[in-house]
Amino acid sequence: MKTVFSRPASLKDVATHFCPGCQHGLIHRLVADAMDHFGVQQQTIGVASVGCSVFLYEYFDIDVVEAPHGRAPAVATGVKRARPESCVFTYQGDGDLAAIGTSEIIHAANRGENFTALFVNNTTYGMTGGQMAPTTLPGQRSLTSPEGRDVALDGYPMRMAEVIAALDGTAYSVRVAVNSPKNILAAGKAIKKAFEYQLENKGFAFVEVLSSCPTNWGMDALAANERVETEMIPYFNLGTFKERS
Amino acid sequence: MSERQLVAGNIAVAMGALAAGCRHYFGYPITPQSDIPAYMSAELRKLGGTFIQAESEIASINMLLGASACGFRAMTSSSSPGISLKQEGISYMAGSELPGLIVNICRSGPGLGGIDASQADYFQSVKTGGHGGYRTIVVAPASVQEMYDLTILSFDLSDRYRMPALLLADSLVGQMKEALELKPYTLPSDLPAKEWAVTGKLWRSDQRIVKSLYLGEGELEQHNWKLWRRAEELKEKEQRSEGKYLDDAKLIVTGFGSAARIAKTAVEMAREAGMQVGFLRPITLFPFPEKAFAEATVSCKQLLCVELSTGQMVEDVRLSVARDAEVAFYGRPPGTGSLPTPEELFAQIQKHYGKGA
Ligand SMILES: Cc1ncc(C[n+]2csc(CCOP(=O)(O)OP(=O)(O)O)c2C)c(N)n1
Ligand code: SF4
Repeated sequence: MKTVFSRPASLKDVATHFCPGCQHGLIHRLVADAMDHFGVQQQTIGVASVGCSVFLYEYFDIDVVEAPHGRAPAVATGVKRARPESCVFTYQGDGDLAAIGTSEIIHAANRGENFTALFVNNTTYGMTGGQMAPTTLPGQRSLTSPEGRDVALDGYPMRMAEVIAALDGTAYSVRVAVNSPKNILAAGKAIKKAFEYQLENKGFAFVEVLSSCPTNWGMDALAANERVETEMIPYFNLGTFKERS
Repeated sequence: MSERQLVAGNIAVAMGALAAGCRHYFGYPITPQSDIPAYMSAELRKLGGTFIQAESEIASINMLLGASACGFRAMTSSSSPGISLKQEGISYMAGSELPGLIVNICRSGPGLGGIDASQADYFQSVKTGGHGGYRTIVVAPASVQEMYDLTILSFDLSDRYRMPALLLADSLVGQMKEALELKPYTLPSDLPAKEWAVTGKLWRSDQRIVKSLYLGEGELEQHNWKLWRRAEELKEKEQRSEGKYLDDAKLIVTGFGSAARIAKTAVEMAREAGMQVGFLRPITLFPFPEKAFAEATVSCKQLLCVELSTGQMVEDVRLSVARDAEVAFYGRPPGTGSLPTPEELFAQIQKHYGKGA
């Protein structure tokens, strides 16, 4: 019998702590697929951030360093410069990357650090209970924007894939989603490409993945998935914003 | 034979770090420590090491965390406001049991303050400026030679006890030039292998995880007891101090770093005047040389503590001396023109000498 679907070797055979319908798990799988694809599980050092994905080491069977909130790109810089032979990736949420850690991600990209940065945009602070994030959409209700995000007072959602693409140090910057089989396939490809950039020493590669947070959006899994299509993608357009050859 | 050179204290730190095998430096510009990154930027790239002028002190301490997690000797240097920004990272390093050297060429504060020599970061360094209850090694050089030697010692202790080390000095010690003997360095053969360092799993089946999050029942308590035990062992084994004229002393003058330099001159003046004045200088601030103070105050009951601040180390001196010893304090808040002269300190010695007798 031919195996057409199996758990990637880089992913541990354990149940995750993610809420039902949360897409962090799906994204973890795509990252594990990429490590398997390039056969780099034994060379990879993951850098975890602070947010719902802090338990990276519980799910990926790789060496992991845990970074303070927002600082994963700085920690990964230290790791990759010290061990240039290893494969290094960061995995951050939108509070982590686009608020407290804006400076670290921008400068890591601008230095052209040769690691792979994964950015999970779920338009909210998941772990702390659903506060407004830098990516929260105009009008979106959250724990700290009970009347909806008021752009006059709260500013606008940040399109990080475009911001990162604008920097000369960035080699690759894309935005993908995992809300449909078609999008999942495209996301898998983009993540693989982002690893490939690193493995070929081509420099900083950034993948923004639109993701759902049913718990803090107050929706069931299906409705949350639908919201990615109807509300997020129109604001956060999918696409490749930088692809240095 | 070892080589002698005339160098500034800051350069001696950089040279000591290179001698100790540190090949990764991460920093951000701030006076009065800028000679260190300038030197490192020139040397490290020649040696194939890493020099990064980061976007902030926050980024640089976290780069240090990353390089250290890989098992390499790594460092950062800064001055007071920058060290404040590094505190979260230092706490994470302590929680993650990571070694690493953080150099503070202290300036005066609070806030932007000034760039004058200051010892007002004693509390922040020794009592730890970050959150959560941890300890770091703290050394306080008082000469160019010690800037070099204690940099090397910091790396060794930091690796041995798996905790960050702070080197606390100021512009006086950092910028003065003295003869430096470049002693050859060999890695202590009994330093434990870094079997915790991330490398990628390579041949291993087990993961290596560098982290400070412990959510399991009882885990964090056990982790903290482990950190505490290490700090206790450090206290037991690694106290260092310099003593002079202690045997017949009727008054002991104490201070660390640059204040101790001035105090020592004042002590010599007192000796020349026939006064039985001793000198005791902590070299490690954590662990504080409690044993030396306890021993010295079995017979001498009068002390004078001198600091370039309104009094911080004096609290640890008071905790360490014999119960019937009296500890007077003299210091001035750091700022332009506030550096005490040897004559000023000699006058203080005269004021307190013979009081307890
Ligand atoms: C310095 C600091 N500030 C605040 C926090 C609290 N905190 C933990 S996770 C988090 C944000 C998580 O949101 P996000 O990065 O969007 O990731 P998600 O949980 O949504 O995956 C915050 C603010 C912290 N741990 N450290
Ligand atoms: S809170 Fe949101 S982001 Fe966090 S696990 Fe639950 S659904 Fe996922």
